Amino acid sequence: MRKSFFAQNPSVLIFLAILGLFTLGVTVMSEAYGNGAISTSFVKTLGKTLCLAMIAIAMDLVWGYTGILSLGHFAFFGIGGYMIGMWLMYARTYDIVVASLAEAPIPPTEQELVDAVGNQIFGVVGSSEFPLIWTFADSLTIQLALVVLVPGIIAGVFGWLAFRSRVTGVYLSILTQAMTLALAFYLFQNDSGLRGNNGLSGLQNLPGMDDVPQALISVWFLWASAGALALTYLFGAFVVSGKFGSVIRGIRDNEARVRFLGYSVETYKLFIFTATAMLAGIAGALYYPQAGIVNPAEIAPIASIYLAVWVAIGGRGRLYGAVIGAIFVSLVSSWFTGGQAPDINLGFYTVKWVDWWLIVLGLSFVGVTLFAPAGIGGLVDLVTNRKSPDRHGADLGPDAGALQEKEALE
Amino acid sequence: MASLVLVLGTAVARAQDAPMQTLLQDHSATIVKSSRKTIGPAIDAVAGSGLPQAQVVLQSWQAKDMWLRKEDGLFFRAEKIDSKTYRLFDFDTDADLGAFAKSDLKQIKPNSGIRALLGSALVRFQLLDPDPAKRADALLSLERDPSADALEPLRASIDDEPDDELRAKKVRLERLLTIGYDPDEPARIAAIQEMSTDLGVDVRATLNPLVATSLKVYAGEAPAAWNIATSLTPGSDQLPRAEAYDLLVAEKLAPPRVSGDDIRNALIENIQDGQVAEVPIHRFSDPAIREIAYANLANAGTVPPLVTETDIDAALAAHTFVQVFADPSPAVTTAASAALESISYRVGINQTIDLTLDALSLASIYFLAAIGLAITFGVMGVINMAHGEFIMMGAYTGYVVQQFIPDHTLSIIVAIPLAFAVTFAAGVAMERLVIRWLYNRPLETLLATFGISIALQQLAKNIFGTQARPLTSPGWLDGALELNDVVSISYIRIAIFVLALIFLALFLFIMKRTRLGLEIRAVTQNPRMASSMGINPNRVNMLTFGLGSGIAGIAGVAIGLFAKVTSELGSDYIVQSFMTVVVGGVGNIWGTLAGATMIGFLQKGIEWFNPSNTLAAQTYMIVFIIIFIQFRPRGIIALKGRAAGD
Repeated sequence: MRKSFFAQNPSVLIFLAILGLFTLGVTVMSEAYGNGAISTSFVKTLGKTLCLAMIAIAMDLVWGYTGILSLGHFAFFGIGGYMIGMWLMYARTYDIVVASLAEAPIPPTEQELVDAVGNQIFGVVGSSEFPLIWTFADSLTIQLALVVLVPGIIAGVFGWLAFRSRVTGVYLSILTQAMTLALAFYLFQNDSGLRGNNGLSGLQNLPGMDDVPQALISVWFLWASAGALALTYLFGAFVVSGKFGSVIRGIRDNEARVRFLGYSVETYKLFIFTATAMLAGIAGALYYPQAGIVNPAEIAPIASIYLAVWVAIGGRGRLYGAVIGAIFVSLVSSWFTGGQAPDINLGFYTVKWVDWWLIVLGLSFVGVTLFAPAGIGGLVDLVTNRKSPDRHGADLGPDAGALQEKEALE
Repeated sequence: MASLVLVLGTAVARAQDAPMQTLLQDHSATIVKSSRKTIGPAIDAVAGSGLPQAQVVLQSWQAKDMWLRKEDGLFFRAEKIDSKTYRLFDFDTDADLGAFAKSDLKQIKPNSGIRALLGSALVRFQLLDPDPAKRADALLSLERDPSADALEPLRASIDDEPDDELRAKKVRLERLLTIGYDPDEPARIAAIQEMSTDLGVDVRATLNPLVATSLKVYAGEAPAAWNIATSLTPGSDQLPRAEAYDLLVAEKLAPPRVSGDDIRNALIENIQDGQVAEVPIHRFSDPAIREIAYANLANAGTVPPLVTETDIDAALAAHTFVQVFADPSPAVTTAASAALESISYRVGINQTIDLTLDALSLASIYFLAAIGLAITFGVMGVINMAHGEFIMMGAYTGYVVQQFIPDHTLSIIVAIPLAFAVTFAAGVAMERLVIRWLYNRPLETLLATFGISIALQQLAKNIFGTQARPLTSPGWLDGALELNDVVSISYIRIAIFVLALIFLALFLFIMKRTRLGLEIRAVTQNPRMASSMGINPNRVNMLTFGLGSGIAGIAGVAIGLFAKVTSELGSDYIVQSFMTVVVGGVGNIWGTLAGATMIGFLQKGIEWFNPSNTLAAQTYMIVFIIIFIQFRPRGIIALKGRAAGD
């Protein structure tokens, strides 16, 4: 008899319970709904971290399960932020302009309103005209659709081109990195229509909600992020548990063999690549209103590599690993680089963590890759008593899960 | 009486030993009067006197340093001591005559017209100055600030010029001045035709103002003085309707257009009891309603009427729009246009050559940055994301060496092997500690080396700070090889090109002619077979990786010479380097060369289309590469058969 979905994936219920408790706990300790033990800015940090956990799950699906080391998913995250940011910025500026023009002796025409909004938004890049890509900025519905459509289309086209010409492994990684770089360069230009390196700002102010304090908004976003993360986790668990999951793991371990078995490898890869890009877009759309600003520096290739770092440290090939990695590394990073960590005085030299944290992170990354390929998530195996088979000999496949020499002989 | 005798006595005495003072006294009246119309003979007399003092007189006259002593009417050069006293010097003997009160003196103040005349008189002296450096200076200032007055003295000075180089310069400048200022039209045209094969920027700078056009408009007959280039139709690409009408408005040939803002302001001004021309205010959010209200106001005569599209069309049809040349002579402008066309054709050819040289030098930089990768990634298949940081380490090694060895040539000679040694050691250490455990897991190698990359980058930041460090190139690499005014290439780029060629030769030599190269190729193709032949694959891998890293270090020294040495130096090149290797084809040095050439030429080519936007150029280049990979997924030169591996 087939076991139920939850029985197959015990981690889902545990994860949802922990996430629910966490959200509830933050809510009762927040300034808006509880005793105020957690400051509004920290609620925002927690909300943002949940969004990062969400994109980490997307990364885990595409890398940990399918074996495509994409160095471009953070770009999709940024695009999602840009898409929602366009509406937030347009709608809010529109409200401000309407309020200020209401003082004028005669009521403004629609064109005058739009011109004034354009002037406000594009003044910093020396323009006042709305570029073509802002055509739908006045419609929340369309921009929300674009949050998933734009990353989806870019990933779809790029993935289709790359997978059909059988670009795999490190080549694909380099190619995705190049794509990210091209996108960042494009956004850095002032005439790209997205305000160049200024990016979009003031996103934390929701249009029409000027009276609502940020304390409330931050908790709402935390709920939304938690909800989205829960749905992402369910989606991820669903995707990897069935037959589909077996096929993509097969692709990871030996692509050629799966192809010879008659599966359309390209379609599977394209689906995962595009779907995770859309997930990344949604995560970005939730993240940047909490961050308040999105600019091209966020999209730079290094961000996508850090994403891979989180997933690797958390543990590839298990969804909770990605979540643990993203939350642990990003919170620890902000603790060390925020100047809160105490300096260590060695007598002859004082170790300032702001300067040395990246070195520790880099080296610990090397250490994890070499000595603990399962990452932090591997600790769970100690509890559940799941042992990996005792393998000897060199790897045969491209990745850690691949069949090894001795097994192949048996 | 006695004083008069004394004055006369000194005057007579001066006539013999003070020729300049005598000459000035002869023209005393005109000099003191200082009028541009009458001063001519006085200046000519001084300039033509042939006296060595003439130049000093003209200079101090022009600089308002010539003063008249009131008691005897003699002229002197004066230097200010303080606001009330001046020290006088005799023109003829240059003797110091002592201090005098300002009240006893009168300053000769030539106006700007006279100063210009004095200036051109002075040019003659400077052009004939015995000191060649002064003559060169005079030519330089003439080149910067050409004037019609200088033409005659310049022509006069050519024949007596002893220095061949200066003489050539003078002849050239004379031609340019003739084009610009000669009153004789055939002489100008001849000069234009003579210079029409010259690539110099100065020739174009002389010709361009002649054929510069300005947009003008007239009704009926065109004024005879205009040298018309073309006539334009309003509404065409060269002359949009709006621009044409704006010109009419500017020339006061048509009433100004009433803009949306004007309508709004007019409406605001005419609000009466919450309405304008019987239209209530709240309806003004509709532009059509606004126009109706405005039309009502115009009918009442309170505001100027709206200019409709038909009005604009009628006004445009009633006038002719033309481009008018700045120079009034049609023959000259025709010759100048033809000359400019021939020059721009030649400039185009030379620019192509220049662009090719630029692209070649960029290609050699990419090749240099990528050749180490061609070994580690291309031959061994190891993705080393820290490759860029090895380049950075090489550059910083060069910087540190320069702190100890101040001589730049020597320091570079020391730095190159030292950079190789440092990065070789770093590469070997990395291979032993990290990479050899990950040989069959390329994706994890990528991540592990990336970890090393961020650690090394931050380490460099901690040691050297975030600001750029200078790595100064030796003096003999400064400057550029200038073939003509258009084509030039800096020596440092030539040096990098040569270095790239040396590396190519070195690589080929090591791989094809040495024992190590043979072992590397054997281990790459089949490690197990190689080890059964007595080759130690571990040792070979270690040495190969060290070699690739060491070459990255040397490339770092070369790149540091022209780029800023910062901790981000390597990451600026890493993506392009990987692109170079991937586009060229992995595992083949000729592929890397082809990849570098293609990327270099491509980037320069795209930049040429849109020079203002290098970001866009890089964007399009990467997009192009992504598309290129579609058609040749294994690169330009793909390995075939068993060597291709998978």
